[in-house]
Amino acid sequence: MFYALKIAFRYLTANRAQTGLLIAGVAVGVFVFVFMSALIGGLAVLLIDRTVGDIAHISITPKARDPYVLSASAGSLVAVQKSTEQRELLRTAAAFRPLLLADPDVAVVAEEITGNGFMVKGQAIEPVLFTGVENDQVSAIADIRGNLIAGSDALSLSTMVIGAGLANTLGLSVGQTVKVRSDRGVELTMTLGGIFRLGIASVDDRAAYVSVRAARVLFDLPEGVTRIDLKLNDLKKALVVADRLGAATGLDVVPWQKSNQQLLDGLSAQARSGDLIKMFALVTIVIGVASALLLSTYRRRPEIGIMRAMGASRGFVITVFVVQGALIGLLGGLIGAGLGWLALSPFPPPEMTAGGGLPVDARLGAYDAAILLTTIGAIVAAILPARAAARIDPVEVIGQ
Amino acid sequence: MSDPLIRVDGLTKSFGEAEAAVTVLKGLTLDIAEGDMVALLGPSGSGKSTLLTILGTLMRPSAGSFQMLGVELGDADDAARTAFRNSHIGFVFQFHHLLPDFTALENVVFPAAARRGRERGEDRQRAAMLLDRVGLSNRRDFLATKLSGGQKQRVAIARALMNQPELVLADEPTGNLDRESAAQVMDLLIEINRSERTTFLISTHDENIAARCKRQIHMVDGRIESA
Ligand SMILES: Nc1ncnc2c1ncn2[C@@H]1O[C@H](COP(=O)(O)OP(=O)(O)OP(=O)(O)O)[C@@H](O)[C@H]1O
Ligand SMILES: [Mg+2]
Repeated sequence: MFYALKIAFRYLTANRAQTGLLIAGVAVGVFVFVFMSALIGGLAVLLIDRTVGDIAHISITPKARDPYVLSASAGSLVAVQKSTEQRELLRTAAAFRPLLLADPDVAVVAEEITGNGFMVKGQAIEPVLFTGVENDQVSAIADIRGNLIAGSDALSLSTMVIGAGLANTLGLSVGQTVKVRSDRGVELTMTLGGIFRLGIASVDDRAAYVSVRAARVLFDLPEGVTRIDLKLNDLKKALVVADRLGAATGLDVVPWQKSNQQLLDGLSAQARSGDLIKMFALVTIVIGVASALLLSTYRRRPEIGIMRAMGASRGFVITVFVVQGALIGLLGGLIGAGLGWLALSPFPPPEMTAGGGLPVDARLGAYDAAILLTTIGAIVAAILPARAAARIDPVEVIGQ
Repeated sequence: MSDPLIRVDGLTKSFGEAEAAVTVLKGLTLDIAEGDMVALLGPSGSGKSTLLTILGTLMRPSAGSFQMLGVELGDADDAARTAFRNSHIGFVFQFHHLLPDFTALENVVFPAAARRGRERGEDRQRAAMLLDRVGLSNRRDFLATKLSGGQKQRVAIARALMNQPELVLADEPTGNLDRESAAQVMDLLIEINRSERTTFLISTHDENIAARCKRQIHMVDGRIESA
């Protein structure tokens, strides 16, 4: 093996120009592989960040109560209706808070009272989704503070913060008062404290943040909340954490993935197309290495015949060529991955990508996989030439 | 009288199939004793190289048996013949056939290194000793391509001796050399035969070379005419 390595190395260094070009070709393939990994990974990071950045990673709601079914006698059909007796409510939300905060993966816990209603200005009436939160928690889940276009995100009993679309439609500006009415018929007059634009139309056109106390009045809820929203330290863990919290609390715990299936489908389709491109890069490497080594076995036919005549086994000849493939793959892999890293590292993380920029993530370059797969690919590529070399008949090349 | 080193019986070699077949060796029977120095003579096309190739285990005969050191090699498989060749047979060809990207010393070490999978220090020492013996101690680290024809042939002889073979097959070893280099190479072979009792079988067209061997075998048209 050591000796085969020495001979392989000698063969590669005997023709530097050819070997250099071959390794450069492999390196370009590896560069494409690394760049595609970083780009597909970065796009996923960017899309998830843009989509999930301003929604809860996990939402906790009470278990939907199944209507009671009174025992039905055999042969009879019973139609049941969803219970309307009680609103679904987390009466003991406060009790859950320490439990949730104790979970190492949970970063933020925000209790909310949500409900529908209207905002009335003159003749205009607009439907509104109210979210009642603690006064200092407006920006706990969505980054309202960072996306304010007027006023502040501080709440009080009579101030609220609304989306820019809603403010536009009603022609509202900060400091003005407006009448709000809940779907339970309660009416309040509130002052507009701030206007935000998240860039999500459904939120910007409909959302209004009010204080919990205002929400209790509007929705006639003296106690409890309707949902608890969580932010996690790592949003990729949402599925696991949701399972865990669901088991611990007995509540309906929904991770963001459940409500964003389309995004996930899109991302996995994107990842598959990325894999396809990477596979083509690898196939190109394999074909390139195989053809170069095959040429080399033809050029070195006489020498290989001599080695065989001197008692070198077929296995030895195979090893010499496979090791050449491995060296080319390893070197091309290292150079390509190194260049890829150099080219990628000046890019900002995808979350920070400005419009028009490439959302590549240098951390997701898959450098080790690129080097490993390239080396394996080059070894596989060397097998055909190596076998051809091992079959060379010494008599044919020695015969004068 | 001990057993001969090589025992050939009814050895036949044909090339091609059916009507197109050409029989090149036509039932050779022959013994070669250990320590002998044999010249193989005959007109061009009489089958000398073909016989050397079969005795060198590089090719299998079509029929007949060929034993060396008591081992039947006529029908041995490739791996067995390769291993046998590596330990027991050395080659010197008309066109030296050195590995061009390797130095003189590396060429000489090759048969030992290929067997063990690595270059041992003691093998390099032996190779250096052999190069010294063929008068090339000052050319050890020259690339094969940087040596003269006579020097290359002497490196090839050193390489043939590397694994201390019982038999060295030389196919027109001096065919490509001027008279003086040819005489030097022949001196060397005779000296090795004498000191090491290595058996030599040398094909040649040169009567002078043949006359310096202990025994002459004449081949004509695939048959041994006189031995
Ligand atoms: N692979 C082969 N296929 C067909 N015929 C072959 C083959 N190898 C050798 N021959 C034939 O066998 C005969 C003997 O060839 P060989 O090379 O053994 O002769 P030689 O005695 O060494 O001749 P020279 O003195 O010219 O080297 C020739 O007629 C040659 O054409
Ligand atoms: Mg010949």
